[in-house]
Amino acid sequence: MSAKPAKAKRVGMEVSIAVSHAVQLARAEAIAAYPITPQTHIVEHLSSLVANGELEAEFVNVESEHSAISTCIGMSAAGARTYTATSSQGLALMHEILYITSAMRFPIVMTVANRALSGPLSIWNDHSDIMGARDIGWIQIFVENGQEAFDHSVMAFKIAENAKVLLPTIINLDGFILSHVVEALEMVDQATVDKFLPAYVPRHNLDPKHPVTMGAFAMPEIYTEVKMNHQVTLTQSYDHILKVWNEWGKLTGRQYQPVERYQTKDAKILLLTMGCLSEVAEIAVEEMRDQGLPVGLLKLRLWRPFPFQDLREAVKGAELLIVCDRALSLGGPGGPVLSEVRSALYPMAERPATVGYIIGLGGRDVNPSAFKDIVNKAQAEVSEGLKEEFHLYGVRG
Amino acid sequence: MTTPGTALRKPLDQTTWQEIELGGVLREPGSAREYRVGDWRSQHPVWTKSRCIRCGVCWTVCPEPAIIEEPGGYFDMDPYYCKGCGTCARECVTGCITMVPEEE
Repeated sequence: MSAKPAKAKRVGMEVSIAVSHAVQLARAEAIAAYPITPQTHIVEHLSSLVANGELEAEFVNVESEHSAISTCIGMSAAGARTYTATSSQGLALMHEILYITSAMRFPIVMTVANRALSGPLSIWNDHSDIMGARDIGWIQIFVENGQEAFDHSVMAFKIAENAKVLLPTIINLDGFILSHVVEALEMVDQATVDKFLPAYVPRHNLDPKHPVTMGAFAMPEIYTEVKMNHQVTLTQSYDHILKVWNEWGKLTGRQYQPVERYQTKDAKILLLTMGCLSEVAEIAVEEMRDQGLPVGLLKLRLWRPFPFQDLREAVKGAELLIVCDRALSLGGPGGPVLSEVRSALYPMAERPATVGYIIGLGGRDVNPSAFKDIVNKAQAEVSEGLKEEFHLYGVRG
Repeated sequence: MTTPGTALRKPLDQTTWQEIELGGVLREPGSAREYRVGDWRSQHPVWTKSRCIRCGVCWTVCPEPAIIEEPGGYFDMDPYYCKGCGTCARECVTGCITMVPEEE
């Protein structure tokens, strides 16, 4: 935070509204969305901005999320800077189109206000919605507070639209816990964003003068090559993501990393979290540090492309890594993040013992004391020998 | 005879992942003509010319461009595209088309 911020203005604002202002500052030209709790305030506000003439964009009201993302594909294919937002069942209803969006390389930006998937019906927060869409081939980023939600909503367009990337991008923010709180945010002015974010130049668009076929099928002779092309592009988008984050860091003084570290110096025990659980975990880490426990925190910001090297670097020297998932892979290896982290660390000659705790499902509150309790339990577990694949923390019975 | 493909780019089974057009976009029209759907065939139509009235119903109903009009107005199949679906035999006005199984 040492760099000098550019014309920062600090204002109190609901995070959903801040996200819609970021989309306005990015001069989104086309929006199609269907309201779903807890994403609703974002698109409601964007709808107002368009209706009031404060954002020059096409806002298409549709009858479902399947139509929302399909309409976004059409508008992006026409060459427009395109945005949408959804949650939970809405993301699930988009599912088949999400793969198509990325395969067709439309740089649509989408906010997912993370919410539990039914059933049972729950409108409250966890990460089961996005973990169900893990393999859709989009860039996926998690944010932990309102400032990050605002910053990343602007940066996402620049990342997605880079000529070497051209991939859709999801910003994950925790539903209600983050989307509905009022925070003090440093806004960035229009002139700064205009300078930062150039106009979108599509590589191909729908133009009767230069007709092309979009969305053609692929025979077995070519499907694997198309997938490899997508895989390499998504993996290599890492460098461009970092470039954009670094540029934003110089502009605003707020620097972001794929794996953020908090109090990790000399840490023997590491917690790993995503989203706004990280801020709760920070409090616990500070309290444990005060008691002399060598605990640190890793925050996984970049989920896709997965930051293998950053993670391997970050766990070096640690003896115990506790992965906190906010989703459950039923009948599987516990949390999806745990599963991927274990897999990422497996090739390391020396790696920390890795245990998984699933917390905060379906909106259940997580307090700093929970993290302290988890650290105690994990230490005991490791010294006695791992008995369980993972733990569902706080479950009764 | 039919000239498959436009010969503007590499055959699919020689194209590398680096050569894939962004987003799988196809720049030239009619590239589906390259697909040798005739490989799917397990039977093929045979015309009995003595009963053929050259009406062209078979040519009209063929779902592929797989029936060719020959000099003299009679018809035959294009082995590159004929999938052996049998629609021509089913619709033939005089019943002059017989579907014959492919040999192993």
